Amino acid sequence: MEIFELISKPWPWYIAGPLIGFTVPILLLLGNKSFGISSSLRHICAAVIPANISFFKYDWKKETWNLFFVAGITLGGFVATYLLTNPDSLIVAESTKASLSQLGITDFSGLMPTDIFSAENILSLKGLIFFVLGGFLVGFGTRYAGGCTSGHAIMGLSNLQWPSLVATIFFMVGGFFSTWILLPWLLNLVS
Amino acid sequence: MATIKSNSTAEIDLLDKDIDTFDGTNQQSKTENFIGNLKYLIVGVFFGIVFVKAEIVSWFRIQEMFRLDSFHMYGVIGLAVIIGLISMQIIKRFNIKTISGETVSVPPKQFNKGQIYGGFLFGLGWAITGACPGPLFAQIGSGFLVVIITLLSAIAGTWTYGLLRSRLPH
Repeated sequence: MEIFELISKPWPWYIAGPLIGFTVPILLLLGNKSFGISSSLRHICAAVIPANISFFKYDWKKETWNLFFVAGITLGGFVATYLLTNPDSLIVAESTKASLSQLGITDFSGLMPTDIFSAENILSLKGLIFFVLGGFLVGFGTRYAGGCTSGHAIMGLSNLQWPSLVATIFFMVGGFFSTWILLPWLLNLVS
Repeated sequence: MATIKSNSTAEIDLLDKDIDTFDGTNQQSKTENFIGNLKYLIVGVFFGIVFVKAEIVSWFRIQEMFRLDSFHMYGVIGLAVIIGLISMQIIKRFNIKTISGETVSVPPKQFNKGQIYGGFLFGLGWAITGACPGPLFAQIGSGFLVVIITLLSAIAGTWTYGLLRSRLPH
């Protein structure tokens, strides 16, 4: 099973990039759907906890496709991890490894560092920062910005929308600030 | 705005008021049932597989990106945009219709200051969680069940934005 071996190994950027890019025309041609993922969070709010807030009063059922899409992503994550298992451990760039080691990260074998993303951290300060605060910023920020990496950086830029370029630039500014200034401080705080 | 066709009141409402804060819109006038929506589940499955196999869902890959230690994420996003751009041009140039025969339409993005403030806040969260909304779902599927808490918190963040929206600068 040579092909199986090949697809089990990590896919390079020049394979993954086009596959993700093709999602744009596929969704448009399948059903006139603009590629975008963060809206699923809004539809969940509209469906489950609208609380009479005008922002959540819309026909979310018309956007059900988005919820099917993210359910698929979850399932795809399962298939890729458990059926197409990568035989090797993750290869992290040496310089990133060195910087993160200094910040107290010790496990570099999996997709996520178990030093942070494990169940025993749920009720700790670590959990509060990395799960609760981090998640809140992702949900609040993407909606405030009107999209995420998929809706703005990929769909918006593909459609030559300059507001999406502004959003993408500020995603990156926030990410650099977080990585270089906030994260070292946060990791020191919890170590 | 000229390309947008609106049918229901709900849709008009959505597009007029919230176009700036909406992505992933459904522009198809024909409604789809459960079976019809399974198409998007299947696209999602392939998408999730790419996410995990290309390690885009990895916290470490996001760190490498923001530390400028690897080209991987820049290559993925850059090529995805190029392919998306070329596809959109082909669809427009040759007026390619959807499988149900409708004209492809994409609502334009309108600028507001949310793209700056919100974009920055999302960026902070992106580096902390190592995930944008898509990878959150793929990480959960990959067995990182603690990310369910991150997802719930992201939903709470979206909800809080909805609550405070009129009081935030846009």
